[in-house]
Amino acid sequence: MLQFLVKRLAAIVPTVFLVSVLIFTLQQLLPGDPAVAMAGEDRDPNVIAYLRAKFHLDEPIPVRYLYWAKGVLHGDLGDSVRIQEPVTQLILEKLPVTIELAALAMTIALVIGISAGIVSAVFKDTVWDYGANVFALWGLSTPNFWLGILMILLFSVRLGWLPASGYVSPFEDLRANLASMIMPAFVLGNAIAAVLMRHTRSAMLQVLSADYVRTARAKGLDERVVVLRHALRNALVPIVTLGALEFGTLLSGAVLTEQVFSIPGFGKLIVDAVFNRDYLVVQGVVLFTASAYILLNLLADVAYVLINPRMRT
Amino acid sequence: MAAALDLATPLPRELSPARRALRRLARRKGAMVGLAIVVFFVVMAIFAGWIAPQDPLATSWSAVRKAPGAAHWFGTDEIGRDVLSRVVWGARASLLAGVVSVCISLAVGVPIGLAAGYVGGWVDMLVSRLADAMLACPFLILAIALAAFLGPSLTNAMIAIGVAATPVFVRLTRAQVLAVKVEDYVEAARAVGNSHLRIALRHVFPNVVPPLIVQATLAIAAAVIAEASLSFLGLGQQPPAPSWGSMLNTAKNYVENAPWMAIWPGLSIFLLVLSFNLLGDGLRDALDPRHG
Repeated sequence: MLQFLVKRLAAIVPTVFLVSVLIFTLQQLLPGDPAVAMAGEDRDPNVIAYLRAKFHLDEPIPVRYLYWAKGVLHGDLGDSVRIQEPVTQLILEKLPVTIELAALAMTIALVIGISAGIVSAVFKDTVWDYGANVFALWGLSTPNFWLGILMILLFSVRLGWLPASGYVSPFEDLRANLASMIMPAFVLGNAIAAVLMRHTRSAMLQVLSADYVRTARAKGLDERVVVLRHALRNALVPIVTLGALEFGTLLSGAVLTEQVFSIPGFGKLIVDAVFNRDYLVVQGVVLFTASAYILLNLLADVAYVLINPRMRT
Repeated sequence: MAAALDLATPLPRELSPARRALRRLARRKGAMVGLAIVVFFVVMAIFAGWIAPQDPLATSWSAVRKAPGAAHWFGTDEIGRDVLSRVVWGARASLLAGVVSVCISLAVGVPIGLAAGYVGGWVDMLVSRLADAMLACPFLILAIALAAFLGPSLTNAMIAIGVAATPVFVRLTRAQVLAVKVEDYVEAARAVGNSHLRIALRHVFPNVVPPLIVQATLAIAAAVIAEASLSFLGLGQQPPAPSWGSMLNTAKNYVENAPWMAIWPGLSIFLLVLSFNLLGDGLRDALDPRHG
């Protein structure tokens, strides 16, 4: 296990390095003088001078990268030009909201996706199977910002059951928090549920035809026990890994969902930064997201080894 | 005697693999429905000037947020523009973005993947690590960042989506090449003295094409959603030019009074993406010999 971890960590190093080069290169895409472009619409000479000094813009690009990387390694992603706060602090402030949204969305996706996948596999080629496949196609084809608008139309405007936008902290009022988060979480979880449904279906179909499941049935076990205790347990192994890969979808989706429901999270931070030409925030958010994605994939790999006994040897 | 009779009977003509795949595709109802919807939207995009009942940019202060009716089948928007006409013209931006960005991904990703898989060694290692690095950035977030740094416009959105989707094609091509280059016919081509370039282009590449077609079809669906997402955020097609994503961005502010503004562009994105997904699924089944 230790050997696996060391190998996996060693493989991450070049990826993280190249991600940082890639994100640093974004700055070079800015037309004209990067300091002027990054200074925002005000083009304050003080800000321009600060940026020029901060990013060592008079130095060659590789030297600039080294300075930048050194700052990043010390947790310094620069300061927001607009809000005048460190980017790291901004990200850490907004992160809990997005983590809550992502956790709720993943819970909804797991419940719907895995249940639909099991039903679809157990009742293969029946109306349930077709229904689940139609649901998956719907989930994969629906833009989540449109689904969000439709849900606001139904549950907020027509029925008046849920607030259309805004965010209440769970520490202030848990009930209001859940009321404000349930629609965005469903919207965000919808597409992931569709992907998980497909993975669960194919994993379950494979497992249900395995010899040990046939043996379990031959022993006279209840079908529910066979499906849930014997088949699902093994089918979950690939689902864990593939589910972790959906983290990227979750973060991408959060950008749009937070925009539709006016949730002050991580996604809204990057969108606002884009409009305010706050490039350091954009850069910081992308770097943070990519690092989190790499870390989560590592954790998924570790989880895969832990839950799959054959991988431990 | 029997053998002589058999020889006299004309043998049925052997169908090429492409024709067999097309026949298998034609038998799949979902794929055919998808293809029909794609054709419908393509026709709508090409002949938008003839199909759209009104000028998509013409405003009318006497027809602000009119509900769907005889004069405006899909209603009007917040400054009196005909929603149907804008939906028809919006198809052009969406399809263009979907196709052009995937062409960019193919044009960049396939040669790189082909080189990495065929040459191997440090080229493969470098390309694979670069693809890993790009894949570590979530697709839409990378596209947003690229579009933000390049500046908001439909062209830049297409470039951003194309670049962000490239590593998938690099990975896919590389993996296919690695599987194909050890086949006997490639060895044979090498043995008779063909150059590496000729082997890669004439013997390896054609066998990589089927999975690329499937991936490209599914990538168009993803690119259509990505373009709509960027336009929804204000980073794609710029107003007043019609785009389904930017129409939804405006519509979200008028959900209470003018829900039709949100329904039609959203439904169009859904149908177009659904049709490419159906077609992609059908192509995957038709081109995979295991489904033969």
